[in-house]
Amino acid sequence: MIVEGPVMKFGDKIDTDIIIPARYLKYTDPQYLGQHAMEPLDPEFYKKASKGVILVAGKAFGMGSSREQAAIALKAAGVKAIIAESFARIFFRNAINNGLPVIVLPNATKEINDGEYVKVNVETGEVIVGNKVLKGKGISGMALDILKEGGLIEYLKKVSVK
Amino acid sequence: MSGKTLTEKILEKNSGKPVSPGEVIETKVDIVAFHDLTGYHVIEVMEKAGMVKVFDKNKIVIAFDHLAPAPDLRSAEIHVYIRNFVKKLGIPNFHDVNFGILHEVLIEKYALPGQVIVAADSHTTTSGAVGAFAQGLGASDIAAAAITGKIWLSVPEPFKVTLEGTPAKWITGKDVALKLLGDFKADYFNGKSIEVVVKEPYAFPMDYRATTSNMGIEMNADALMFVPDNETKRYIKEMRGYEPQLITPDADAKYSDEHTIELNKMEPLVAAPHSVDNVKVVNEVEGIPVDQVFIGSCTNGRISDFEIAARIMKGKKVKTRCIAIPSSYEMFKRALEAGYVQTLFEAGCVITYGTCGPCLGGHFGILGPGEVAVSTSSRNFKGRMGSPESQVYLSGPAVAAASAVTGKITDPRVIA
Ligand code: SF4
Repeated sequence: MIVEGPVMKFGDKIDTDIIIPARYLKYTDPQYLGQHAMEPLDPEFYKKASKGVILVAGKAFGMGSSREQAAIALKAAGVKAIIAESFARIFFRNAINNGLPVIVLPNATKEINDGEYVKVNVETGEVIVGNKVLKGKGISGMALDILKEGGLIEYLKKVSVK
Repeated sequence: MSGKTLTEKILEKNSGKPVSPGEVIETKVDIVAFHDLTGYHVIEVMEKAGMVKVFDKNKIVIAFDHLAPAPDLRSAEIHVYIRNFVKKLGIPNFHDVNFGILHEVLIEKYALPGQVIVAADSHTTTSGAVGAFAQGLGASDIAAAAITGKIWLSVPEPFKVTLEGTPAKWITGKDVALKLLGDFKADYFNGKSIEVVVKEPYAFPMDYRATTSNMGIEMNADALMFVPDNETKRYIKEMRGYEPQLITPDADAKYSDEHTIELNKMEPLVAAPHSVDNVKVVNEVEGIPVDQVFIGSCTNGRISDFEIAARIMKGKKVKTRCIAIPSSYEMFKRALEAGYVQTLFEAGCVITYGTCGPCLGGHFGILGPGEVAVSTSSRNFKGRMGSPESQVYLSGPAVAAASAVTGKITDPRVIA
């Protein structure tokens, strides 16, 4: 699984109240959520991300609440994958469960610049930027199966049919 | 061979196999829970997957808290939708708006030492107070857990914290949580489970433990559990009338690291905006004018919190807006009987019970632009309690009550 696109870069501790504020949690419609993604930091985020972007961020990306809308909103806004130095556990799972690839890459914010074009191999965790090849942590096992199906709902349907 | 930690013992019991840190395992769960704001999403996932069913209806717990009582029409729709689900599946452990915040309900009525508990809310870590391995998960994961009774997880690395001695004046569970956050920062415990041993069990009672466990998620810990002891027994006996079986780590259990906190040497702490690990001793921020004080939430809405608030507010008037919300019917009843509700009311607080209220910027006291709050809740992220231009200082009940009385951030040791 390869995903690629231009980078939008953020710092450490991007929390779920920033990714999608609580007042939007009464709905799960991806389009509605996507329009409000990252709103407290940048109300224009969804416009900038709409053509497809890869987020690069520092430590503890997605820390805070369990709201699955955080993963839904980012994906709907146009985020194709997230590369971060570390993820909050719940967000990491939510992203996988909604078919959004998440790659742990130490020093991601030092190695990759805003606007650069990156290519990510989701299985191996390899990230290609210009002529550099960076080694992140790939997705394997059941998480990869869920990702390949496009999310947990599709995965559950498939497993229950077997 | 060295002995086993609490984390290992619980996960081995529930998965039926030996486990080691870093390993991905499948484990049985003892309780699956959700509330209104995530619950409707859980049910939507079940519907989309075509599997509206649960593995054991007695092991599902549902409480209305985030949208309780319904602040708008959409919230009321969500409540109707979930009540219909409850009726259709015949789920007995359902608690409507007059009962309590989910995490408080779980420790009062359901959680037991050694259980694996998952709920669609990050603060599920609260049940670690009684020695349960308790984790928050997203709506899809909770739907899968409710359907199958199982989850997959990565076994965390166990980290031991020892609490020595008795707490200094006004020191409670919040200060211990903030101390860990300030010393280790919000990312340190990622992939770790914290096991807390209390050297003098009755000196650090269940209310305090619940606050510290609650904020385990702010430390990004996979779980924060108090090793069950006599206080655990006392609490469960008092709340439910029976004594629980205890499960404890072996004396020679091996931890990845250890840390000791001396409770008698602590000072009241706050987390300044906009980060839970931006921790300072209260003196460093003393004097900052405050618009609103919130005493409540699943973090600090228990009887001991209101006892402390009442001691500080007795005979005084608040100089800020002050919102007080005991976390459950039971906590409100006890606060009422002990006279704390009357004291806070006479001081000028607005009081209700059993709702998250302003904690997540939902309702009942949202902050406007430029406003400053002192809150006993769990998070001070930008915009968490309302406007992105508001500022939230997190503290325990003593700093919050003292600040309400003076109208500015105040060290409780100075005024009481
Ligand atoms: S009181 Fe606050 S932290 Fe607790 S469950 Fe409610 S919103 Fe979450």
